[in-house]
Amino acid sequence: MSVCLSARGLHLAFGGVRAADGIDLDVMTGEFLAIIGPNGAGKTTFINMTTGYLKPLAGSITFSGQSIIGLTPRRIVELGIARSFQLPQVFLEHSVLENVALAIAARTGFWKPSRPLLSPDVAAEAHDIIAKFGLADIADRGADTLNEGARKLTDIAMALALRPRLLLMDEPTSGVAAADKMEVVATLARVLREAGVTAVFVEHDMEVVDRFADRVAVWSQGRISALGTPGAVLSDPRVQRDVIGTRLVEAPHASA
Amino acid sequence: MMRAREILVAAVAAAAILLLTLAVPWLRFVFTIAIAKGITVLGILVLLRAGQVSFGHALYLSFGAYIVAFAAPFCPEALLLLPLAALGATLLGLVIGLFVSRYRDIFFGMLNLALSMVFYSTLEKFYSITHGTDGIRLARTTFLGMTLTPETQAWTALGLALLLAAVFAILVRIYLESPMGHGLSAIKTREARLEFMGISAQRVLLAAYVLSAFMAGCGGFIVAMATRQVTPSLAYWTASGELVFIAILGGTGSVLGPFLGAIAYELTRVYAAALFAEGWQMILGAVLLLVILFAPGGLWSILRRMARQRVGRDARP
Repeated sequence: MSVCLSARGLHLAFGGVRAADGIDLDVMTGEFLAIIGPNGAGKTTFINMTTGYLKPLAGSITFSGQSIIGLTPRRIVELGIARSFQLPQVFLEHSVLENVALAIAARTGFWKPSRPLLSPDVAAEAHDIIAKFGLADIADRGADTLNEGARKLTDIAMALALRPRLLLMDEPTSGVAAADKMEVVATLARVLREAGVTAVFVEHDMEVVDRFADRVAVWSQGRISALGTPGAVLSDPRVQRDVIGTRLVEAPHASA
Repeated sequence: MMRAREILVAAVAAAAILLLTLAVPWLRFVFTIAIAKGITVLGILVLLRAGQVSFGHALYLSFGAYIVAFAAPFCPEALLLLPLAALGATLLGLVIGLFVSRYRDIFFGMLNLALSMVFYSTLEKFYSITHGTDGIRLARTTFLGMTLTPETQAWTALGLALLLAAVFAILVRIYLESPMGHGLSAIKTREARLEFMGISAQRVLLAAYVLSAFMAGCGGFIVAMATRQVTPSLAYWTASGELVFIAILGGTGSVLGPFLGAIAYELTRVYAAALFAEGWQMILGAVLLLVILFAPGGLWSILRRMARQRVGRDARP
C-alpha cells in the first residue's frame, strides 16, 4: 500500500497554544483514518494545514510525493484534496441541488458563461450524488432552510462532488440526528470505498470510529499520542482515560 | 414560463417607447438617456448579485462618452465609435478591476468612488485637453457612411440604445444562469467555500466587473450620441449614486429591473422638475423611500406581484 499523504514534523502555535507540536503521520492510499482527541488538541488545525488554510511554522506535508506546503487552498483542491467543514459551508442563496451542481461545475468547467449551471449532465450527476446522501426529497429546498444535519450532508456531498483522491472531513456526523447517524456513515463509507477515495475524518463518536475507521490517530496537545487499529487504540487504557473515559462516565447522565 | 413573460414585457415596453416617442417627440431624449443608464445599471445589478455595491460606475460611462467625443473628429462612424467606447471602458475596467476585485463591501464601494472622482478631477483640471467643465462638443458623426443630422443622430442613438438593451438583457440573463453567474451570489454567502472548491472568487468578481465596465462604456456611447456634449459632470459621484439609486428603484430580481427603474427615474425627474423646480430631488427621495419601505424588491417586484394576482384571478372559476 502506498502513502497518500505524509506529514513530517509539523509545528504551529497560536500565541502560547501549541496546535501542532511535531506531527508525524502517513495516510495510506485507500484507508479511512479517524482522528480523535479532546477539544483544542489540534485536530482541525491539522486539516487546515493540509488544505492550505494555515501554513505550518515548520515541517513538511507531501501528497502523492509532492510538497503542498505554501500552496493555496485552490491549488491543493486541483491536486485532489477536498474537505468538508465542522460548521457547514454551503451557499445559502442556493438550493441543495445548486450547491452540489456548483461543486460539479467547479470540477468540470466553471468558466463557460453560455452554459447553464444546471445543464443536463451536471444536473443528472448532482441528482445522483444527492440521492446517495438521501437528500433527494429536499433537493430543491433552499440551503438556508435546512436543519444542521442536512446542511452537513450537503457540505460533504459538495466536497465529494469534486471527486477528490483524499477527502478530509471535520466532524462529519456532528449535527446529524442520532437515529440516522449510522445509516448516513454507512452510506458515506460505501460511496467513498466505491470511488476509491482515501478519507481522514475527525470524529467524536467512538462507535462510528470503531465501525468505519481502518486506523485511529489520537491527538493530544498538538501531538499524536497513539496510532493503530480501532481495536488496539480504543482499548488502550491511556486513550480510554484521556479521550474516551470522560464520555463513558457522562453517558449514563446523557441517557437518563 | 418566466422567460417567455419577460420577453413579452420587454417587447411591449420597446414598442410603447417607440410609439410614445413618435407621439411626444421630447420624450425621445428622456427615453434614450434612460435606456443608456439602464444598460449601465445592468452592470451594477450583476455586481449586486455578489453583494458588492459600486459607488463609482459613472467612471466607465463617462470614460466611454469621452472616448466618443475625442475620437469622433478622426473617426465619425457611429458603428466604429461604439466598439471603441466599449473596448476602452472594458480595458479600464480590467485594469481597475484587477485592483478593486480584491476588496469587498464598503472598501469595494469606496475605492470605486475614489477612482471615479480621480477621473472627474482629471477631466476638470486639464482644461487644454478636456475643456474643463465646459466639456467637449461632439463632432458630426456618420452612420454607415451617411452623415447624421441632429435629428437622425437622435433616432440613431435611440435605435442603438434599444438594440443594445435587448442584447445585453439576454446575454446577462444567460450569464447569470451559468456557474459564473451563480458564483456571484456564492461570493455573497460563502466566499471561502468557492476557494475550497478550486474556484478563485476574485476572478468570478473580476469577470462581472469587466462585464459591467463594458456595458457602461456602451451606455456612455449612447449618452454622448444623445446629448452631443460630454462634460465632467457625467463622472461626478452623484452620477454614480444615481445609478445605484436606479438599481434599487428598479429591483435586482430581473434583467428588466434596471430599465424599468431608469425609465421611472427619468420620467419622475422630468415631471418633478417641471412641477417643483427647486424640490425635485425631494420627490425622488420620497419615491425611493416608498419603494424601499413597501417593495424592497423594487418596481419589478411590484409589476410581478400585479401580474401574479391577475393570473390568480383569471384562474378562479
